[in-house]
Amino acid sequence: MYDLMIIGGGPAGLAAGVYAARKQLKTLLISDDIGGQINTTWGIENYLGYQFIEGPELISKFETQVSQFPIDQKTGDKVRQLKKVRGGFGVITEAGKKYQGKAVVFATGKKPRKLNVPGETELTGRGVSYCAICDGPVFAGQKVAVVGGGNSALEAVLDLLKIAEHVNLISLTPLTGDKILSNQLKGAKNLSIFIEHETVEIKGKEFVEGIRIKALKTGKEKELEVGGAFIEIGLVPNSDAVKGLANLNKWGEVIVTPRNETSVPGLYAAGDVTDVPEKQIIVAAGEGAKAALQAHRYLQRLAK
Amino acid sequence: MTDKKVTVYSTPTCPYCKRVKDYLTQKKVAFTDYNVAEDREKAKEMIQKTKQMGVPVVVVGDEIIVGFNQAKLDSLLS
Repeated sequence: MYDLMIIGGGPAGLAAGVYAARKQLKTLLISDDIGGQINTTWGIENYLGYQFIEGPELISKFETQVSQFPIDQKTGDKVRQLKKVRGGFGVITEAGKKYQGKAVVFATGKKPRKLNVPGETELTGRGVSYCAICDGPVFAGQKVAVVGGGNSALEAVLDLLKIAEHVNLISLTPLTGDKILSNQLKGAKNLSIFIEHETVEIKGKEFVEGIRIKALKTGKEKELEVGGAFIEIGLVPNSDAVKGLANLNKWGEVIVTPRNETSVPGLYAAGDVTDVPEKQIIVAAGEGAKAALQAHRYLQRLAK
Repeated sequence: MTDKKVTVYSTPTCPYCKRVKDYLTQKKVAFTDYNVAEDREKAKEMIQKTKQMGVPVVVVGDEIIVGFNQAKLDSLLS
């Protein structure tokens, strides 16, 4: 049995790994990838110590630092469920592997929210994308749609305006993104904005061919011909593995105390999957460090 | 490590693309990189080959990997 299992390989999980290793805890880190949401970020200008650093480079620096320490890493596999067992916790992964630990730091982060409309799942990767900065350039010269009204949607629109033939912005609500971004949309010739419109279907056989939208006020439906649909409607916490075990808030975030305690003794949580205010790389890293130190204290108390 | 031909289809702004390419370089695997943001022909080729439009795509011999899947990449390269 491990002393500590860290679930998640983003900034919170990796920082927890460094702190756990320095306390000489026998530690396991399980994650489907290393870097988490930093993998969908390009330029980072607010992580202390770097005036500017690219996402992939920051991940590789994190990775190098963590690998200096003797902690076991299982990547490419995901925890399906976390359970209480005698003397601690047990996990089962998607690949069917089982591990046990006396304490846990749960730091699984967030993932893009889905629209849950017909066509979305079938056409993901075939015109439906959740990473405009990644896949956007593939759609150069095409008509595209961006669904969402927040900062990430507006940033996607600004990027796509430079390369796409035409961009349709579809938002369920009035635009909620920063003024500095929405002001930049003014006067764009190849842009149509549909405010208070619901996306009801993504159409296409092999690839996306169109998107069907409905005006909330009139109920009138309209079909737009597009080759790509970028879904930028926020994030949801990856908390399924602890559902029924730890208390979650109404958004599905794991509720934590300032000491990163969850409702289950020995189970700590950190970073974007929790209800901690402000989802930032530097905050997540700090929370991961705190959670590992608290887990260490818990293990010391347990040993007494 | 491998004598199979390795091809990467990528865009310059995609973080996972950079990670795939850094990983191959670190493993001393020679590869050809096509920037599908500029090379429309190669973009078409990628979409035809993979029936999808996401990057990065790594082709090792006749095998195709969509995304940065380190475990699969390792097994195809070994």
